[in-house]
Amino acid sequence: MSLEINGKSYETDEEGYLANLSDWSHDLAEAMAREDGCDLTDNHWEVVNFLREYYDEYQIAPAVRVLTKAIGKRLGKDKGNSRYLYELFPYGPAKQACKYAGLPKPTGCV
Amino acid sequence: MLHIVNKSPFEKNSLETCLRLSSAGSSILLIEDGVYGALAGGEMAGTIRDALADRTVCVLGPDLLARGIDPGRLIDGVEIVDYAAFVKLAVEQPKVQSWL
Amino acid sequence: MSEEFTSGTVKKFLYVNRRAPHGSNYAQEGLEVALIGAAFEQDVAMAYLDDGVFQLKSGQDTGKIGTKNFSATYRALGDYDVKRVYVERESLERRGLSQEDLMPLVYKDEDDDWEEKPLIHVVSAEEMRRIIDESDVILNF
Repeated sequence: MSLEINGKSYETDEEGYLANLSDWSHDLAEAMAREDGCDLTDNHWEVVNFLREYYDEYQIAPAVRVLTKAIGKRLGKDKGNSRYLYELFPYGPAKQACKYAGLPKPTGCV
Repeated sequence: MLHIVNKSPFEKNSLETCLRLSSAGSSILLIEDGVYGALAGGEMAGTIRDALADRTVCVLGPDLLARGIDPGRLIDGVEIVDYAAFVKLAVEQPKVQSWL
Repeated sequence: MSEEFTSGTVKKFLYVNRRAPHGSNYAQEGLEVALIGAAFEQDVAMAYLDDGVFQLKSGQDTGKIGTKNFSATYRALGDYDVKRVYVERESLERRGLSQEDLMPLVYKDEDDDWEEKPLIHVVSAEEMRRIIDESDVILNF
């Protein structure tokens, strides 16, 4: 499968996750989000950037429970809870945010 | 606990590790190429004899037969079991560890 | 396996790893399956025996063999609430290694002001026998 954005084609898996991490860009993330009807705000970016850093350090995309806990530790309890994260990413915080971050589907997410 | 080993001890160290890490009272079943480990003249014979002091060691008969190993060549105290006894062993033991 | 995951009680899972990391996929798959199990809030412990101890060697760099450096992922075990990683001493010693050769894995203890605590326990064969016996489900990689 592939994703067509601004006249360029990007290879993805069957669920729309980028096949090549290196294809990722800020613009591509915003375009992927727009396709889902979602405008990325600073709050969204905080999570997307966090995931990219997490992946860079651990070479995996964290499961939702792990993400929630880690966000809480980094950004405070008012953000480290599933209610807040589901409001930002209604399709599932780990799944949806990982997609915009250009990461594979989270480990521990089926 | 039932420990199962299906690899020859001359190819892999699964039997050796199994013998080191199985507790008193457990059963060890050798199947497929694992049955070569029960040869009386083999390198593992001493360790298996030690294990027989507090564990049961069995080999699967059909796998012996297929490999042309006469029961007389096995370490004394090693039991030969058929498929029915294998199943019974697996059902009796609450947990199984397969040393791949 | 689905039965274990859907039943209400938490079972003690032990992932037994006996293979070196980069010659086959077993190590990486074992780690990922363990993390998935841990994400389902099962009680997950890891055991490294035989060549499996090489998985925890520090300083692995796969940059020049063109594979993913999943050795970084072992550091995520603590985030997934895996707090018990056992390495058998004899397996280490036979390979000329000691605990100092292993990655210094830690977990942050939520109940103790997020203090970092060591994840790896080097254990004797005797202790490993007990760990195996006390597990409800053993998965081998």
